[in-house]
This record gives sequence, C-alpha cells and structure tokens, in this order.
Amino acid sequence: MLNPDLVGRTFTSADSVTVTKEAIQKFAEVIGEKNIDVAPPTFAISITLEQSQSLLQDSGLDWSRVVHGDQKFEIKRPIVAGDQFHCSSTIESARNVAGNEIVTVRSDLNSGSDLVVSTWSTLVVRA
Amino acid sequence: MSRIEIGTELAPKTFKINRELLIDYANASGDQNPIHQDEAFAKSVGLPDVIAHGMLTMALAGKYLSEVSGSQSVLEFSAKFIKPVVVPAGVDVSLIISGKVTDVTEGVAKIDLLAMCNEVKVLGMAKGAIKI
Repeated sequence: MLNPDLVGRTFTSADSVTVTKEAIQKFAEVIGEKNIDVAPPTFAISITLEQSQSLLQDSGLDWSRVVHGDQKFEIKRPIVAGDQFHCSSTIESARNVAGNEIVTVRSDLNSGSDLVVSTWSTLVVRA
Repeated sequence: MSRIEIGTELAPKTFKINRELLIDYANASGDQNPIHQDEAFAKSVGLPDVIAHGMLTMALAGKYLSEVSGSQSVLEFSAKFIKPVVVPAGVDVSLIISGKVTDVTEGVAKIDLLAMCNEVKVLGMAKGAIKI
C-alpha cells in the first residue's frame, strides 16, 4: 500500500545519468531504427523506469505486483548522446479501484535547468 | 511518403516479435522482469505464456511514428496497454501497426495509431503528435 502522504511529493535523483551513444544504438537496434543521431521516442523510459523505481522504493509500493497500465511521453527536444540528466519523479495520483491500487508517476528528465522529456506512467498494483 | 493531412491513412507495417527480441529489449531498456523471458515464471503468476513488454510494443509503435518524419519529430506519444502480446517459444508474433492523421495545426500532425496482434487490439488510445 502506497503511503498516501507521498502523493504530490517530488523525489529528485542525487546523481545524474549520462546518455551514451551505445545505449541509444542498443535501443534503436531492437526496433530496427537506423538513425542514432537522436534517441527513439520511447528511449526515455530506459532512464525513468529505473530512476523512479529507486526514488520510490521506500514509498510502500510493491513493485513485484506492478503492471504497466498506460504511458505518455512529452518530448521538448530529442535525447542525444552526451545528454546528462537529473530525474525527478512525482507521484501525481493514487487511487484504489476494486482493490487494485492505481498510481500515476510523472518523471522529468532535466538537463541543467531545461526540461527535456516528461514521462507519465500509470502503474496498477494488483491486489 | 504520402501527403499528411486530416484523414490521411498511413500504410500499415508489420513488426515481428519473438523471444529473442524480448531479451534484446530487456537488455536495451533495463526491464528484466521475468514475465518477459521466463515461461515457467510467467505461468506461475497466471499468464498464458511469456508476454512482451508493453513498452516494447510502444517502442515499435514509436518506430512507426518516426517513419512519418523522423525520430526527432515526435513531440508527444501515449498509449494504454489493454491486452498482452503473448509470445510463445519459437514463434514470430506479428504486430501490425497502422495510423490515421486526425489533425494538422501549425505544422503539428496528430496521429491515431492502431496496434493489432492476432486480430486483437493491444494498445488503446494510442496517439502521437509529430512535427511535419
């Protein structure tokens, strides 16, 4: 059960994540994308999923029971190799539907003071 | 590429998903959840078999969206994961993506995507916005 006091709170990673050309290439290869000058549109999830899990690990959320319900990306500019991001994750909402907990987590990837990509993940924690 | 205007239907494209691709996606994305790799584990938690990462299906739909005017043109992209893509051992599962332009305003096209697997819709409300 998610601690309700955490709704609306933002957790920011202490360390930054640097995007490598190899990481973009590996992701691009899986989907058959030949252009690796920029990262594919959903590449941000490879950063935000892990970051938000570690930021929210003490939230009471049982990650082993989590199913991904929906996902949204807003991309201000494409991610490129060499980008250094700090990730901030906010629990935007949490509600209980038929015993399942439905939690929406927003994660922002910031480069310096610029917001580059925002991701919203709705997670269903099965009862 | 056909002209992009309201009502333009984008040609469908088929992507093959198999167990090897799931391992490649797990390694590329960092999502090593065993339901996407380990048949015994997947069945132990009530799934019919190994299922694809929802985000792999979405990544492939993102590739489809990128083909309209490049990866750098994608501004927004969202989808719901409404049905799992079941991936039995030794089988190439076909994911068929198609799209339709629903709006073009000030150089931004909105596209509704349809993602079908074995004649079942696997993504709901799949929508993208791209610079054209």
